[in-house]
Amino acid sequence: MVTADDPEMHSSQNEQDNRNYALAAKVPMLEPSEPQEVKEFMRIAYELSEELDTPVMMRMTTRVSHVKGVVTPDERREGPVERKIEKVPSKLVMLPAMAKTRRVYVEERMIKCCEIAETAPYNRIERGDNSKGFITGGVSYLYVKEAFPEASVLKLGMCWPLPENLIREFAASVDTLYVVEELDPFIETQLKAMGIKCIGKEVIPNQGELNTDIVRRAIDPTATKELFAAPKLPNRPPNMCAGCPHRGIFFNLSRMNVFVSGDIGCYTLGFLPPLSAMDACVCMGASVSMAHGMQKALEGAHNKIVSVIGDSTFVHTGINGLINTVYNNSASTLIILDNRITAMTGQQPNPASGSNIKGEAANALDFVALCKAVGVKHVFEVNPHDVVNTRQVLKDAIELEEMSVVISKAPCVLLPEMKRKKKIPLFTVRENCVGCTSCIRLGCPAISWTSFKDADEAEARGYKRKQKGFSSINEDHCLGCGQCASLCKFNAITKREE
Amino acid sequence: MKETGNILFSGVGGQGILLASEVTAYSLLGAGYDVKKSEVHGMAQRGGSVTAQLRFGKKVYSPLIEPGCADILMAFEMMEASRYAEYLHKDTKVIVNTQKILPPAVATGQMAYPDDVLANLRELGITVVEVDAFEIAKQVGEPKTANVVMVGAMSAFLPVDPKNYIQVIETRVKEQFRDVNLKAFEAGRNASK
Repeated sequence: MVTADDPEMHSSQNEQDNRNYALAAKVPMLEPSEPQEVKEFMRIAYELSEELDTPVMMRMTTRVSHVKGVVTPDERREGPVERKIEKVPSKLVMLPAMAKTRRVYVEERMIKCCEIAETAPYNRIERGDNSKGFITGGVSYLYVKEAFPEASVLKLGMCWPLPENLIREFAASVDTLYVVEELDPFIETQLKAMGIKCIGKEVIPNQGELNTDIVRRAIDPTATKELFAAPKLPNRPPNMCAGCPHRGIFFNLSRMNVFVSGDIGCYTLGFLPPLSAMDACVCMGASVSMAHGMQKALEGAHNKIVSVIGDSTFVHTGINGLINTVYNNSASTLIILDNRITAMTGQQPNPASGSNIKGEAANALDFVALCKAVGVKHVFEVNPHDVVNTRQVLKDAIELEEMSVVISKAPCVLLPEMKRKKKIPLFTVRENCVGCTSCIRLGCPAISWTSFKDADEAEARGYKRKQKGFSSINEDHCLGCGQCASLCKFNAITKREE
Repeated sequence: MKETGNILFSGVGGQGILLASEVTAYSLLGAGYDVKKSEVHGMAQRGGSVTAQLRFGKKVYSPLIEPGCADILMAFEMMEASRYAEYLHKDTKVIVNTQKILPPAVATGQMAYPDDVLANLRELGITVVEVDAFEIAKQVGEPKTANVVMVGAMSAFLPVDPKNYIQVIETRVKEQFRDVNLKAFEAGRNASK
């Protein structure tokens, strides 16, 4: 079982340390430092799993997962496993009688695993100068090796269970013992329980990721250097693509007095200005269940709760929330952003896409039929690029006293078939633009604003003196989705002739 | 052979930074170096600020460049040349694509684009090599090869034979884009000479 922690929360909402699961579940956990070890440890994990009849966990972190490095392949060996069903109810049917026997085995297994850990080559001492000794593992080992290349190191390739005798031997051989690990004091707590004196989270941060510089300065506060300071620059947050169908929905939500319960995907970007149309977002599927709970709690006080979820997230964990909402007679509005793909993680097909991961044709889940089947009486479909019509449909759906679902149907612009499509970009008819900024407020990366220095410049350029500036469309970026054109009341945005 | 070299790539999601760092990594690998590369993507694809870190040497442990230790900064967008200034030192070579991509606050007229970023870097004593990569790529015939133009421009500063890059492009780029990418590499290499 591979688990990846995200210290620093580069793309996560929490920094949980998954080593705690290995402790809680009483299963061994390996922790590789770099790509070559990931490959080697995977083989070791399977061997351990077979030898001890146990699941084995492998802890990855961001800087192990998102790293490329040199890997030397071994010769491929086909395993001897025959494909067949073996019935072992004493192991696979966990009723109390069988579970009680297995419970004893789990403890025996951990004792065996501790013995293995004491002599396994992946738990090794790299002997150096013994004035400082480091116990570390995972990516932290790499930072220790760079910051203190001369020091003695006990590298733990298995972070659970721990080799107590090896640790005691190492601890006794060094003057000052440091434990360097990302996030929780996991190894450190065990050492302290063994009564071994060590320095850990007193100096090493328990939040964020580590690096060579942090490790060096934590242990040697004099190792500072002067750095150039970055100037104050405009932020560059990610943005929905030009032509993204989600924009049409969030633009409308930003203009309505509703609470928007959001979810995980590209559309979480609807939170950012200028749209600023998301009020809550936790984890996959939570949009629907949070909206249900809020609607119940606020009954009679504020019924304008809207949840927004993408097609793949809806399939993943939104459907159960919707069933629960209808069953408990709640009345929020759910918007399913159906762009036919799992866009954010790199265009993986999902059960609504009509194809599988191999690119073969597959059943495309019918959302309208599904919503009706779970008991939603009011299901609407809209084209989000028609911003004005979408607003009317959303208003109608939100005003209903019963649960409603609005399915926003328009494909992701990053889909290969959309990329292949001929683009007919829009452009601004400068003389018609009155500078109302309606289109600017969409936050489309293809639309930009040019300010006039003063009224004289506006006049010189042929505009009214009171006009502050004009908008223009970058035709290299515009895909011609037409959202801005549907908002412009002055015919200042139009398509080029084909 | 220098013990270790650190290359920081910065730019805007969608500019092909990951491919550029990939071509560089394989070229260094071909020249006999150990190489590690790290980047965080996901949301960053959507027009956000993006970085990739590449380290090479006899033996590379950490995949991350220490602050103040980037030997080369490959900035794919002008403003992005100074966002990661804490990684630079006075001998850093900054190779910058002079293209401007307006972030939302600038595009919506709330902030001005800082036009003095390169001058400020030069004031710190840093070498700045300007490359109009987008324009060069257009001339080559494919604007999307601006990333390979940048790799070409950087290649003049790395201890790697140009043949290595050419071989990597030949083996890793799809056949229909191969020639235009090779041209982009050459044009970039000539641009920084």
